[in-house]
Amino acid sequence: MDELPQMIESVFRQESGRILATLIRISGSFDLAEEAMQEAFATAVSHWPAKGVPDNPGAWITSVAHRKLVDHSRRERTRREKQGPLLYETPTTYEPDMTMLEAEPITFPDDRLRLIFTCCHPALHQEAQVALTLRTLGGLTTPEIARAFLLPEPTLAQRLVRAKRKIADAHIPYEVPPRAQLPERLGSVQSVIYLVFNEGYSATAGDSLVRRELCSEAIRLCRTLCELLPGEPENLGLLALMLLHDSRRDARMNKQGKLVTLEEQDRSLWDRERIREGVALLNQALRMRQAGPYQLQAAISAIHAEAATPQDTDWREIAAIYQQLMRLSPTPVVELNHAVAVAMSEGLERGLAEIDRVGACGRLEDYHLFHAARADILRRLGRRTESAEAYAAALKLATNKVEQEYLSERLRQVAQ
Amino acid sequence: MRYMLLIYTQEDAIARSSQEEMQQVINGHRAVMQAGRAQGVLEAAEPLANTSTATTVRMQNGNAIITDGPFAETKEQLAGYYIFDCKNLDEAIAWASRIPTGCGGMQGCVEIRPLRAVPTNAEELQLAKISAGRNG
Repeated sequence: MDELPQMIESVFRQESGRILATLIRISGSFDLAEEAMQEAFATAVSHWPAKGVPDNPGAWITSVAHRKLVDHSRRERTRREKQGPLLYETPTTYEPDMTMLEAEPITFPDDRLRLIFTCCHPALHQEAQVALTLRTLGGLTTPEIARAFLLPEPTLAQRLVRAKRKIADAHIPYEVPPRAQLPERLGSVQSVIYLVFNEGYSATAGDSLVRRELCSEAIRLCRTLCELLPGEPENLGLLALMLLHDSRRDARMNKQGKLVTLEEQDRSLWDRERIREGVALLNQALRMRQAGPYQLQAAISAIHAEAATPQDTDWREIAAIYQQLMRLSPTPVVELNHAVAVAMSEGLERGLAEIDRVGACGRLEDYHLFHAARADILRRLGRRTESAEAYAAALKLATNKVEQEYLSERLRQVAQ
Repeated sequence: MRYMLLIYTQEDAIARSSQEEMQQVINGHRAVMQAGRAQGVLEAAEPLANTSTATTVRMQNGNAIITDGPFAETKEQLAGYYIFDCKNLDEAIAWASRIPTGCGGMQGCVEIRPLRAVPTNAEELQLAKISAGRNG
């Protein structure tokens, strides 16, 4: 029975999102649903040691929580009949639909898709969307999320309370949006997932274990999204992109915690299984013939992943994909990346001219990677003084400690 | 749930707009009102006169201090409102996205605010205060 706590823990990690999604639909309230689920897990802790773990632990927890909701609703009804309603108990939050409650079959449908769309509703602040998604679908605790985002716990707790209150008070629907709104609303879901991933991947401060957990969580959420909406190529593209980035996790930092560029990474450390899966998903997405930004970025990442050495990288193909990406999302950052690919495929001088042309718009002046990219090409061209100037400019703007170390190292090299 | 949709636009931009542009805005509003009435969800809709006609009254030490102009100078001004009875926020958003906001509907924005029930007795007023305190 020693494994039981781990067993319950793992049921919670695997199933809580789905359980909660169903309970929210039944009760119409995030808070009531969370409370009922917690009580049901507490019941499991006391029942399972004696009676054994049920065949389908998730369904067992859902049924028990469901009964607790029915009991709660009955108690509420009795109390209301005696006392009359109180204003702070708004009907939507505290009055579950009794007919729905009692008619609920034993097998529960998967309600996670509604939950994803409600948590990522654009009427909620994006920071709240992220917190709510991780809390409800990811089954992460408030302290865990706070630690991952380097926020004080009360700040995050407050953010969750506000978001849940807005859902209830403004009547944000608990529904999968209709077809016409789906592309836009799906975009909001994808951004939240990618933001969670990037928070775990690019930032380097804080607890590295928690950050790794964020990447896994984003990948897990995206797997769920792909499973629930399999016909959407951008969902697959996003999953492929994250798997391909994540495959380089162990190579992008050396033992001293220093950043290692793609070019200098030990490619034997790349996770082949992640790459294989990412590439397969990307091909599956591309066969649907609706290219989108995530698929294109995944395609670029796949070219790097499949090059045995940096010299084998097909930069011409990468430049062509960036050109496609520029048509879909014409941002200065995408143009900058295109310019770098031009430098690597058509010659450094041409690339530099391209970078300076992109920089002329002025919107990249405060972007440290713009100066870092210029510095890198100037370094390759042997124009050391100009390169040092650009590295210094990048260093002044970089906020991430690992990146700062990398840039000062480069600056030292070219300034010698 | 009832929602108030508040239209904010730049008055000076409207003042500069052409006859056709104004007509387009008016037609847009007529279409929204017609559709809202046909579906039985439109409760009210009215334009406001310019902020140049606004007067602000603020109580200070029991005296009404009267000042010329709106309560705050902002880039965009409240220009009118709609009240819809909708199933949920998504429906209200769908209505909001059909409302023209100024020169051809190209400028400004619509703020959606759910309406609350009016508390009816002293006890409920007390609770409303608690809730307002929590929100603040």
